Amino acid sequence: MIKDFKRPILHLICLAPSLWLFHQMWLWYNFAPHSLTANPIEYITDFTGDWTVRFLLISLSVTPLAKIFKFKILKYRRAIGLYAFYYASLHFLNYMVLDYFFDWTLILEDIFKRPALTFGMIGFTLLIPLAITSTKSIIKKMGKNWIKLHRLVYVLTIFAIVHNYMMVKADVLIPIIHASILTVLLGYRVFSYKSKKSKRSNKQLSGDRKHEAIVS
Amino acid sequence: MLIKIKKPWELSENDVTSVGNYKTRRDFIKAAGIVTAAGMMAPYGALARTLTAAANPYDGRDIKEELTDKRAILGYNNYYEFGMDKSDPSDNAHSLITVPWSITVDGHCEKPGTYGVEDLIDFNALEERIYRMRCVEAWSMVIPWVGVSLSEIIKKLEPTSKAKYVYFETLEDEAQMPALLRGVIKWPYKEGLRMDEAMHPLTLMAVGIYGETLANQNGAPLRLVVPWKYGFKGVKSIVKISFWEDEPNTSWMRLAPHEYGFYANVNPEVSHPRWSQAKERRIGDFSRRPTLKFNGYGEEVASLYAGMDLRKNY
Ligand code: HEM
Repeated sequence: MIKDFKRPILHLICLAPSLWLFHQMWLWYNFAPHSLTANPIEYITDFTGDWTVRFLLISLSVTPLAKIFKFKILKYRRAIGLYAFYYASLHFLNYMVLDYFFDWTLILEDIFKRPALTFGMIGFTLLIPLAITSTKSIIKKMGKNWIKLHRLVYVLTIFAIVHNYMMVKADVLIPIIHASILTVLLGYRVFSYKSKKSKRSNKQLSGDRKHEAIVS
Repeated sequence: MLIKIKKPWELSENDVTSVGNYKTRRDFIKAAGIVTAAGMMAPYGALARTLTAAANPYDGRDIKEELTDKRAILGYNNYYEFGMDKSDPSDNAHSLITVPWSITVDGHCEKPGTYGVEDLIDFNALEERIYRMRCVEAWSMVIPWVGVSLSEIIKKLEPTSKAKYVYFETLEDEAQMPALLRGVIKWPYKEGLRMDEAMHPLTLMAVGIYGETLANQNGAPLRLVVPWKYGFKGVKSIVKISFWEDEPNTSWMRLAPHEYGFYANVNPEVSHPRWSQAKERRIGDFSRRPTLKFNGYGEEVASLYAGMDLRKNY
């Protein structure tokens, strides 16, 4: 039987935005009234981009929330991270297929000549190895290296939010909010890393500091 | 899910009928020398008035493309004074009061002063012009405007020889425009044209769309339409017209000078730094189409820019 009844609920919540989007696309496809504006493809780009950033930030919040409030949510971190990849893939697919329909000249020009899109592409590319190495067996096999690799999520989220900031035309409020949340999360990490380090040197402990710091 | 998409670029039956009707009737009436669009569409508000427009040399010339669905023209707008989302203007612009309306005219001209809309626009000489409108965000529409050549207005105001540029301002009123408080742009919205651009017969001061007075979100009661330039040059709800000797610093130039220039001519060869301008999506279409230089009006306007480096003067 289901051991953890919360998990399916979590999946449903994480899938909900995309299910809503697919439903709206279905309406659009059938010429029914829909909520994707008169320019649905642009709307899909923005919608999926926004949800990618949100899931990246949520996945980065799991550890601090678990530590500070003693929530038992660490076991969901991997799933939430994978949903960030899921929405990023929708974002990228929409761009490649619906928006530019494999118009490689324009796509390559975009990605290599326009820094805003270069940053987005770097962010998405960095997400791929993280998603691939998310199976239990690979996590076990990689051990400490897995933790090291997955710290990339901070780097790629910075790229993603810079991309977000640069892609908006005038109103940078939302990307600024995203960047502020990321700053707090990064600040927390640095802070807890430092306090752990000083605690340890107080106690004159030896051993693999780095490992513990990463795990923290 | 994604794979199933194959039809959305076709217009729905509804759209085709309404646009089709419009065209046939328009053609029919045009044959009689006069174009009206009375009662063709449901009015968008209590204030909507039907306009009568005479046929003219620029009426739909070269435009063999489908007119954009009226619902999209009314519902998908950039008018930041009413909000940042495309649907915000249609949701919020009802708070704009367009009657009475006054326009201040000053600068290098013989007839400065304060004018009403009817003082500047001869409603008996309205023309319908079907123009492509290309937004800098790489989408476009085909819009049946109603208005008069801006040159007709300028002639009335008698600019002096010092007047090299025409400068325009949109209304700035926090009581009517909720989003002004956000200060995304330094209000009021400012735009300008070089005198020869302003006097060009294609340049239109519009008071209507689809045979009716402009909806507030489209820039009622009067707005500029410069079909060979990006849409943001089409300053809406104009309250000020000035004649200047120097080139105006427009709102978008101020916000991002390396992204938006004074000329803002549609040009697929000059990319916006953050996106390509080579292609555009016509609202209602599924795939992008190539963008035309000067938005397809090169024959009429390219000579205005002879000898200018359009990469520098973007
Ligand atoms: C982790 C990777 C990425 C994240 C988190 C992300 C996120 C975002 C966000 C938040 C926006 C702004 C949406 C809005 O204005 O509401 C955006 C816009 C955009 N993104 Fe991404 N993005 C990523 C990768 C990519 C990639 C790889 C591409 C294509 C190569 C891409 C193409 C675009 C485009 C074209 C827009 C602009 C849409 C417009 O014109 O409004 N993004 N992205």
